[in-house]
Amino acid sequence: MLLLQLFWTFFKIGLFGFGGGYAMLSMIQGEVVTRYHWLDAGQFTDIVAISQSTPGPIGINSATYVGYTSMVNAGYSHVWGILGSTVSTFAVVFPSFVLMLMICKFLMKYKNHRYVEYVFTGLRPAVVGLLAAAALLLLTKENFSTPKECPWQFAISILLFIFAFVSQRLYKLNPILIVVITGIAGIILY
Amino acid sequence: MFELISTFFKIGLFTIGGGYAMIPLIEEEVVRKKEWLSKEELVDLMAVAQSCPGIFAVNISIFIGHKHCGTKGALLCALGTILPSFLIILAIALFFQQFREYELVNKFFMGLRPAVVALIAAPVFRMAKTAKINRYNFWIPIAAALGIWLLKVNPIYVIIAAGVGGFVWGKYKEEEQGN
Repeated sequence: MLLLQLFWTFFKIGLFGFGGGYAMLSMIQGEVVTRYHWLDAGQFTDIVAISQSTPGPIGINSATYVGYTSMVNAGYSHVWGILGSTVSTFAVVFPSFVLMLMICKFLMKYKNHRYVEYVFTGLRPAVVGLLAAAALLLLTKENFSTPKECPWQFAISILLFIFAFVSQRLYKLNPILIVVITGIAGIILY
Repeated sequence: MFELISTFFKIGLFTIGGGYAMIPLIEEEVVRKKEWLSKEELVDLMAVAQSCPGIFAVNISIFIGHKHCGTKGALLCALGTILPSFLIILAIALFFQQFREYELVNKFFMGLRPAVVALIAAPVFRMAKTAKINRYNFWIPIAAALGIWLLKVNPIYVIIAAGVGGFVWGKYKEEEQGN
């Protein structure tokens, strides 16, 4: 049953996943964390971190990982987890596979059609909003703790957030390097 | 045929940081070394792959595969791009659960979690520039973000509404100009 739900969820995400992997993260979060509670916000953040630091497209990485973790979280065995990740990865690619084939065969000539352009005047700004929402939704106590619960962790979290943001925005530091540096900072400081 | 898969397997294996990081590698392998596409074709293809839903790098590999060996080629190229990430992630997922229990690993992840949130927030501004946000449409990303964040609107509905809205608005302007 969960397997079918995973298929349907990632099929939808693949079908409406405009704007690349990061925008897709927002959809995965919306379905998997907010709607179905297959993962909590902390686990989702871990998966994003691992998806960013391992080879391959973020959309594929996170679909594979979420598929596995959702099954295992629900009490299934590793084998079912592997099946879950296969189903999720297949489902997220399938819609665009069919669409791309159709485009290859018939639609290449319509790509500059004005109707397509109209749709994208709406889509492009919305994708920016999706990305912002993904970040806002991750401002949770699993990721930052709270001033009440653990002021030390909260303060460090805020500092590490600022460090990562500035080094990425202003100095274009490699995201993998940022993940490793902040992880080591965590080991030293906590 | 085998060359197609192995090339995309290599591209999938050696790019870290998502689809757009793959572009230089695709250019090197597909345009310069193998000459499967001209540079202009690649630019056109990128525009199409970007406007298609789904995963950018996979979309590109499907197109190139189709161009050379039809549907079968498309299937194999897509598989080649997906397989390295799939296998690596699966291996990590299988063992991560056990490692997660260690105190050290836990602290490592406590440190990087806020950084990951920042890494998602950072490209928002860069994307706002590419999406040509101006004083007429700046409300769209804000409304989308607030709707998803505070009202828990499903992002899929936001995308559908934005696409339909853009179409209706374009059509309306067109008719207004016609009159």
